[in-house]
Amino acid sequence: MIRRARLLLFAASGAGLVTLIVTAYLGLPAFGRISHPYGARAISAAVVDKGTANVVASVTFDQRGFDTLGEEFILFTSVLGALLLLRPSAEETKRARNAPQGRVLDSTRLVAHLLLPLTLLIGVYVVAHGNVTPGGGFQGGVILATALHLLYLGGDYATLRRFTPRAVFDVVESVGAAGYLVLGLAGLIAGGAFLDNVLPRGTFGQLTSAGTVPLLNVAVGMEVFAGIVLLLARFFEQDLELRGGDR
Amino acid sequence: MSSFAYLVAGWLFVIGLYGLVTSRNLVHAVTSLAVTQSSTYVLLLTIGFQWGGTAPVFGDTPITTTVVDPVVQALVLTDVVVGATVTALLLALAIQVDKRHGTVDPDELRSLES
Repeated sequence: MIRRARLLLFAASGAGLVTLIVTAYLGLPAFGRISHPYGARAISAAVVDKGTANVVASVTFDQRGFDTLGEEFILFTSVLGALLLLRPSAEETKRARNAPQGRVLDSTRLVAHLLLPLTLLIGVYVVAHGNVTPGGGFQGGVILATALHLLYLGGDYATLRRFTPRAVFDVVESVGAAGYLVLGLAGLIAGGAFLDNVLPRGTFGQLTSAGTVPLLNVAVGMEVFAGIVLLLARFFEQDLELRGGDR
Repeated sequence: MSSFAYLVAGWLFVIGLYGLVTSRNLVHAVTSLAVTQSSTYVLLLTIGFQWGGTAPVFGDTPITTTVVDPVVQALVLTDVVVGATVTALLLALAIQVDKRHGTVDPDELRSLES
C-alpha cells in the first residue's frame, strides 16, 4: 500500500520535474553552438597567459585549483569514511588464509602478468603528461590502481595483499592530500594567493611546462591511486577474509 | 535530432530517481544514485559541445583550432573519480546495514535503532 502511494507520489512529482527540465532546456543555448564565452576565456588564459597545452588541466589545477582542492578532500574523506565503516568488528574472525580459490586459466594469468608492467607504465605516463596531453592525476591514478589489481585477476589474492601493504598506501594517500595543500600554501607565500601558479611556465608543450600543474597532478595521482587501492583492499577483506559477525 | 543529448540527460536523471524511489535493495539504490549523477555529466558535456570541435589540448594544433568547451570537461573529470569513491562509501554503508539488520531492503529498515 505504501509502495503504491509512493509510486503515485513519484509519478505526480516526476511529471512536474520533467516539465521543469524541459522548460529549462528550452532556455538553454543551442546544441553545438559556435560561441562558448567561458571556454574561449579559459583557452586564452591557459595557452597565452599560463603556457599550459592541456586547457582542461589548466582549468582544473590552475584557474580553478581551489575548487579541485575541495574535490580532492571529498575524495579523501569518503575514502576515510569507507575505510572506517569497513573495519572488521571484534566478533568477526579471520578466515583461514590460503583457502581454496577459483581456478584461473593459464592464458588469463599470462595476459595479466604481461599487462601489469605495461599498465603501470601507462599510468605513470598519464599522470606525468597531464599538462600537455589528455590525462592527469585523476585518470592516471585510476590506471595505476587498476594495474595492481591485475595481480588479483591473473594470480591470487595473497600476491595482491603482499604488493599492497596498507601502511605504505596510507602514507601515499596522506602525502598526496597534504602535497596539494602544501603547493597551495607555497603559492600563498611566494605569489600572494593560495594555489597561485608561482613556478616558471617553461617551454610550451614540454613535460616541465605549466608551473605547478604537473606537481599538482602528481599529488592528485598519488591520492587517487592509494585511495582506490585502500578501498578495494577493504572490500576484498570483507568478502574473502572475514567470517562471522552478527549474521 | 540536435536536442537528443539533452533528452538523454533528462531521461537518465528521471530514470535514476525512479530507481531510487522503487528500490528494494540498497545496492540497487546506490547504483540508481550513480545513474542520476551521471546524467549531470551528459548534460555538462552536451552544453560544452561544438560542431567540428576537437579536444581542447593544444599540443601541436594552433590556438585558432575549433575545440569543445574545456570548462565543463574539467567539471566532469574531477567528479567522475570523486563520485566513484562516494559510491564506495555508500556501498560500505550498505554492508554495515546488512551486518546490523540482516537485510538490505530499505522498506524493512523501519527503526533508527542500531
